[in-house]
Amino acid sequence: MTPSITLLGPQRRPTLDRVLSSLGVGGPVAVVNAGWQERESDDAEILALAGGEATNLRLFARWMDVLRADPEYAAAEREHRLVLDELQQLYLIRLDHALQAVSAVAARPDGHANTQAMALEDALAAVRLLDATHVARVQELHGAFYARWRPEERGPIAGHREEVRGLLATAECLVVAGGHVGDLLRVLHLFHLSPHLPPRLVAWSAGAMALAPRVVLFHDRAAQGASLTEVFDAGLGVVPGAVVLPHARRRLRTDDLPRMSVLARRFAPASCLVLDDGVRLDLGPGGALPPDVRLVGDDGRITEGAAA
Amino acid sequence: MTAARTGSGRLAINRLKSAKPLDAEAVDRFLGRHEVPVVEGDQCTFLWRGEADEAWVCQRIVGLPDRIPLRRLRGTDLWQLVLELPEGSRVEYQIEIRRGDHYERFNDPLNEKRSHSPMGSSSVCFAAGYETPDWVLPDPEARPGELKELVLRSRALGRDAHVTVYLPARFRPTASYPLLVVHDGGDFLQYASMKTVLDNLIHRLDVAETVVAFTHPGERLDEYANSTAHSRFLTQELLPELESSLPLVGQRAGRCLLGSSFGGVAALSAAYRSPDTYGSLVLMSGSFVFTDIGTDHGGGPAFDPVVKFVNRFRAKPRCVADRVFMSCGVYEQLIVPNRSMVHVFENAGMQVRYTEARDGHSWENWRDRLRDALSWVYPGPQKLYYE
Repeated sequence: MTPSITLLGPQRRPTLDRVLSSLGVGGPVAVVNAGWQERESDDAEILALAGGEATNLRLFARWMDVLRADPEYAAAEREHRLVLDELQQLYLIRLDHALQAVSAVAARPDGHANTQAMALEDALAAVRLLDATHVARVQELHGAFYARWRPEERGPIAGHREEVRGLLATAECLVVAGGHVGDLLRVLHLFHLSPHLPPRLVAWSAGAMALAPRVVLFHDRAAQGASLTEVFDAGLGVVPGAVVLPHARRRLRTDDLPRMSVLARRFAPASCLVLDDGVRLDLGPGGALPPDVRLVGDDGRITEGAAA
Repeated sequence: MTAARTGSGRLAINRLKSAKPLDAEAVDRFLGRHEVPVVEGDQCTFLWRGEADEAWVCQRIVGLPDRIPLRRLRGTDLWQLVLELPEGSRVEYQIEIRRGDHYERFNDPLNEKRSHSPMGSSSVCFAAGYETPDWVLPDPEARPGELKELVLRSRALGRDAHVTVYLPARFRPTASYPLLVVHDGGDFLQYASMKTVLDNLIHRLDVAETVVAFTHPGERLDEYANSTAHSRFLTQELLPELESSLPLVGQRAGRCLLGSSFGGVAALSAAYRSPDTYGSLVLMSGSFVFTDIGTDHGGGPAFDPVVKFVNRFRAKPRCVADRVFMSCGVYEQLIVPNRSMVHVFENAGMQVRYTEARDGHSWENWRDRLRDALSWVYPGPQKLYYE
């Protein structure tokens, strides 16, 4: 059964307690804050906000324990990560060229508008294909890795999976916080949370990104300048048809409408969800977006209510 | 502090000239009110006070005379020179005076700002718009990495090679780190605050968690001037040692050589000798002196092997790394050779990012470029964090 899902904006001013209360969550809550990495154990505040019966699943600590207890797996995982990093770098090289083609076509000052529109659509289609094949390759590599190393049969991983499953079985709600989306995704997959999700899910920032079918990384204000918006990996897929963009106004040049337009059109038909401070989205059945959702439109503007 | 000109547009020094009486007390009041050099827009007034027959500001801005005379303010012991320095400039200088046959050169006693290098210290003028980046200063929030000393018996160099290894905070043996090898490592640590810079840039997620090997030269001008022995040391001794003892990526993409000045030549020549080994180079104010015709390069004997190497490289450019970050100060003698190398590297198939700064051949120039360089070579995981 698909859980009922609430996505929140960044929790700099926490609203988690009020959200859980409004959802009528009174029972045990399981918390994942593995995106905080080594700071996972600094969980007093988040546990307090999640209520008296909240339990931290400690997925990051469990992962570290697996790496310590199973050096063979640790070495294999390290190698797997290196291969994925290399693939990501090669994808970025190809993506750079493909997006330059989009920009070059879009920037042509004259000619027939229809011709340009067709060429632009084709250039965007090439980017979509690139994104799709990349994420498929990543899944292929994950599949091969899991098939070879069979985590379900490895003592330390199996033991932790069992414990996590037990904690999830008694939980009324799973809360997934933000942080490092790569590590978060890794432990969500490693400890196999997907089939055991409780009836309710509340997530924000990296946690919300991890629930979408694809995790898309973006930062227009990085130290090295605006970087390419890139597809990173598949998420859990329980928020279908969405690309989740936390901190969009802080991290994206939202006033650059052509750039934002390319973003929206590139990921279509998925919707680019803006999850800024103060946002709360209670998804409908099957992960349907609510009417008040903020989306990046085809024209590059952030619109409200586009899903209505 | 940058002083603003008055509404009349007159420089402070010109206002002083009109003071009546223009005496020692007026000069005292003037110096008490102004930070020296007096920076007003793009006009910088250098000052020296004392008795002398002549006085100069000595600096190394290419295009300007090395020694520019100060003029004495009539009736006072104050000497002044107004120089136009474009926004963002940072200029190192000293004062020189002559008393009879005696010449003396020293740092500006009216300016507390100093820049340090292995050659000693000098005064420094921050023109309008220059600010010391906050990431070069210690940040108590940044978790410090660790420096470990390593001594390697180098057959290539015929000596013990000392290497200072930086391990980033939260170093984990189960992770994989990219490697940066820094030439003139001791100087980068001492004069370019590189440990602090690394701690801060990694903490801010601008730069990936990186293992850095700071190497220390022996006979620097020999080892760094296109030396086979030095290249062999890096590629056949140091690299295998580090990659076998530390959790490093161990692939081309995760290896970078960094060097400034002659260190830039050393980095390029090591990559040239082993073109499949290093993914990136950081070349700051590289001493890429070359000749288009003849042999008169003007650099002295130490540059002979450098010129030979650079000439050969320019004649037959070779792709020696995937990516090259280059920087140079526009006030350096080396600005033209560095600009000339950009298209040479690009034509060889390397991706080049080139930046210039209004600065000279100095450690603080190289320090200030580290963020651009390292965040490009090994971008931090900012893109992965969504708190």
